[in-house]
Amino acid sequence: MATDPGGLITRPAVRVRDLHRRFSANGGVLNGLDLDIAPGEFVALIGRSGTGKSTLLRALAGLDRDIAGHGEIEVPEAVSVVFQDSRLLPWKRILDNVVLGLREPDAAQRGRTALDEVGLAGRERSWPFQLSGGEQQRASLARSLVREPQLLLADEPFGALDALTRIRMHKLLRKLCEAHQPAVLLVTHDVDEAIALADRVIVLDAGVVRADVPVDPAGRSRTELRTFLLEELGVEKENR
Amino acid sequence: MTILETRPRVARPDVRVVRRRLGPGHRIPYAFWIGPILLLAVWSAGSATGLISPAILTAPWDVVVAFGEQWTDHDLLGNILSSLHRAALGLGFGIAAGGVLAVVSGLSRLGESLIDGPIQIKRSVPTLALIPLFIAWFGIGQEMKIVTIALISLVPIYIHTHNGLRGIDGRYAELAETIGIGRGEFVRHIVLPGALPGFLLGMRFAVTSSLLGLVVVEQYNATAGIGHMITLAEQYGQTDVIVVGLVIYGVFGYCADSAVRLVGRKVLAWRRTLED
Repeated sequence: MATDPGGLITRPAVRVRDLHRRFSANGGVLNGLDLDIAPGEFVALIGRSGTGKSTLLRALAGLDRDIAGHGEIEVPEAVSVVFQDSRLLPWKRILDNVVLGLREPDAAQRGRTALDEVGLAGRERSWPFQLSGGEQQRASLARSLVREPQLLLADEPFGALDALTRIRMHKLLRKLCEAHQPAVLLVTHDVDEAIALADRVIVLDAGVVRADVPVDPAGRSRTELRTFLLEELGVEKENR
Repeated sequence: MTILETRPRVARPDVRVVRRRLGPGHRIPYAFWIGPILLLAVWSAGSATGLISPAILTAPWDVVVAFGEQWTDHDLLGNILSSLHRAALGLGFGIAAGGVLAVVSGLSRLGESLIDGPIQIKRSVPTLALIPLFIAWFGIGQEMKIVTIALISLVPIYIHTHNGLRGIDGRYAELAETIGIGRGEFVRHIVLPGALPGFLLGMRFAVTSSLLGLVVVEQYNATAGIGHMITLAEQYGQTDVIVVGLVIYGVFGYCADSAVRLVGRKVLAWRRTLED
């Protein structure tokens, strides 16, 4: 793992040590994975299909109680998940979806503010089916934000959106993360998306971290980084 | 070619039919009444031309006359209210019991193992065949009648609510876990609304079954009610009064079903279906 020359100044938001998960007896999906995410840090997780990206995310979200494994996981109190599908309840209006389960008396007001932030002001009373795919995904972002998460887990949240909507969503997510400063773990299969959004990109392979590189404007150029990551993913040169 | 180009262009209005091409088509105004009115027209025509003899089926206008007589001389309103009261009580108990049993059996394995089997067994035993047993248990009074109606309407409510509940997308349960809501809220916000379409379908069956139960139980020692009126008319050979009773049962069923459908359209506004 990355060493911290100045010593451990802040406790990481996420700390994973020697994490193992397996679905069947013959092979592990996660094989002794270590991971740290600093508070407010945006980490993108890439890897080929079946390398354990989603398994890791589900382990951090506490959604994998039915899977065998062991290891150490430390996550903050407030964790929120954005799924690939917006997962809005079709029988609740948008605002009710956003504030679902909030008990604070000012929940409705906070929900409106969150909807305003994602550009959905005025759609509070709409039914989910009346929204486009991108709008539904923005509503689900609002549902996460309103809970003020210290850790935001996003499992290919833009995977089902068209290219133009995706670009808009990238900007929105970046803006929201700068405003709210949660630690973010974004699972994606898109190298460009990872570079565009994250502070750090992690390549997962066979259930362990294969590469862990910062997206640093002063360091490697984006093109170099892209080439490096694609190599790490095992994409042959002629296919790039 | 150039000659064609010089002709004045006519702007054609962009008229499009906003309708699903493969859907059932536009809503017809008063669609609900077209079928029944057609039926009434056939009946009237048959009676007027003598194709349907009064001994087989009384003419509609004679039924109206009989209705007036029953209303003024034989307390028809009292009979109607008495029947409605009976059906509503039985249906109410049936809905409550069916709904609760469906939720308990749908949400817990223990509940399912205790409840589902007996209800499936009960389902294959016609409730009407249980009436002799109920008479032995509850006598021939009001209790027996209400228990029968409740049991007969419980089954469709249970079956359809349970089915709707089990059909709720598991991903919503996962969402509920990630936003950390408790079991009570999970039931209130996800399970019950998700099972509502099934429940309403069950309601449509339950309403008609409760009327079926009503017709049968009112043949037993009723002192008031539509069934009582029909039993008396049968003894005196008054076909017109029998038809009055049957029409009233029909109207009950029709109104109740319309009410359920209307409620359904209101509370299921979140669904986009072929009906819209």
